[in-house]
Amino acid sequence: MDGASAMDTPAVRALEHQYRRLRRQQALVTLVCISVFVACVVGASVVTGVTPIRVIRGLPGLGGYFAETVPDISLATFFADIAAWYADFWHWLGLLFDTMLIALMASLTGVVGALLLSFSASRNLMSNTPIYFASRRLLELARTVPEVVYALIFVVAFGVGPLAGYLALSVHSIGGLGKLYAEVNENIDTRPVEGLAAAGGNWFERIRYAVVPQVLPGYTSYTLWRVELNLRAAAIVGFVGAGGIGQELYTAISWNNYQDVSAILIMLVTTVIVLDLTSEVMRNRLLGREKN
Amino acid sequence: MALTAASITPEEMDRLQANYPRAFKRPWWEQARQWAVWSALLAFVGYCLVRFDAAPGRIWDGLSELGVILSAMVPPTFGAAPSGLFWALLESLTMAFLGTLTAALLAIPLGIMGARNIIPNWVFHFVLRRHFDGIRGIDPLVWALVYVRAVGLGPIAGTLAIATSDTGTLAKLYAEAIETADSGQAEGVAATGAGRSIVIRLGVLPQVLPVMLSNALYMFESNTRSATILGIVGAGGIGFELSDRIRAHRWDEVGMIIIMIVVTVALIDGLSHLIRKRFIEGGKNRPLVRTDEAT
Repeated sequence: MDGASAMDTPAVRALEHQYRRLRRQQALVTLVCISVFVACVVGASVVTGVTPIRVIRGLPGLGGYFAETVPDISLATFFADIAAWYADFWHWLGLLFDTMLIALMASLTGVVGALLLSFSASRNLMSNTPIYFASRRLLELARTVPEVVYALIFVVAFGVGPLAGYLALSVHSIGGLGKLYAEVNENIDTRPVEGLAAAGGNWFERIRYAVVPQVLPGYTSYTLWRVELNLRAAAIVGFVGAGGIGQELYTAISWNNYQDVSAILIMLVTTVIVLDLTSEVMRNRLLGREKN
Repeated sequence: MALTAASITPEEMDRLQANYPRAFKRPWWEQARQWAVWSALLAFVGYCLVRFDAAPGRIWDGLSELGVILSAMVPPTFGAAPSGLFWALLESLTMAFLGTLTAALLAIPLGIMGARNIIPNWVFHFVLRRHFDGIRGIDPLVWALVYVRAVGLGPIAGTLAIATSDTGTLAKLYAEAIETADSGQAEGVAATGAGRSIVIRLGVLPQVLPVMLSNALYMFESNTRSATILGIVGAGGIGFELSDRIRAHRWDEVGMIIIMIVVTVALIDGLSHLIRKRFIEGGKNRPLVRTDEAT
């Protein structure tokens, strides 16, 4: 403290006082945050009954489950074992194809629906407030309800099969894409729109020739991302009977066909990873070209 | 000089057409390509509709059935046991919370290990990163179904499912955050002779912690959505009540549960947005001591 006393001027003292006060204040805020957080954790544990002990007790069962899914493969009969493991390969590949079709078709429908709704849901393009408001709420409703819930309801209405899954994903895609498209629309330069309006262009002409050229890169990026998302979703809507590989996976897990579970999951994860990489390459090519 | 249609002479028109053919008519191969793209798209849609068995009759029957369902949802009611529904919703929320928390904690060491600048061995990096991809490539609902078989019905399965799927996602995001962190600070700390752990704690962590917290909050938002549906496979929460009501065709209660889910998701989104603005993004540039107050 001897070194400090040489600097012991009123200004320094005031600064240090201020510094300590703020540190105390900060410590108090941190303490309150930590207490609230701990209370949340304890409360959550009480509600769900999820305690570290019960989780740890469950882990051996989990290890056992995964051990069961490992196929019996010996080096001597390697290819025969693989063939036995993937005996249903072509059947599963067909179902995986179904899942991909569901995802692609739903994305396509989502793009069309989102195009129809996003322009009227953009503040700067739609001056009619009731239509703007209605479009916004419609998009919100479509994307807030989970896909699986739509699938559950559509399976009742349209029957079991890929049609229900396709429709469920379509509704959700329209909502999700519509909102993102509307955000892109709201960030455009308005001068081309004004120019066309000045030249006597009607609403559709203004959208087609002044807005669409500006928003296309943003749309492309969001659409590719949506296709990835839909592929994952298409795989799981099958759980509630909406077709594709998910339905087969559900059956395999429910009937404890352990080796089928691992075989299908490997196919599914490989497909998802390959398509993610493809869409990344496509995005770089499409958007990289726009920039240059 | 303004060019209007009336002021252009026919000769001038011919000259313009000769000089700028593409402004008047596109060459045939471009038109053909456009036709090919559109026909391929139409063929694809047609093929899909046939494969999905989407005959007009079936669509029509489905839509009228959907109309019946939707009109049966109005007015929505809580049914016999409203408290049970709220309890199930609370269970969903807590599953999301505990699952995200577990994942966020597990992902810290994994993310540090997966960062190229912390462990430069590319084989290790590649193998670990592909593991993250594999884990997050499987949806929480799939994990939930597996966990229900492995540890039994109930919220433990749901919490573990969320935790597993998110550990993969968050570990990847954390590793990326660490890789993009400015190396200057870490080098500065290392220059003082600090060990590896100190360099991570003082040179890297302060840069990546806000990113980590922000990502964890985003995951909590998306997990709230997941947690509301995990119950469909028996992993606890409101999803079980929902699928139960749908199977029993009690549409008025289904309507109410959907409203509850939508409102809860909106509330959590708002809350998480508020926390991010207030504590993570807003607090970053606030100086500890304001000079005007100190003097």
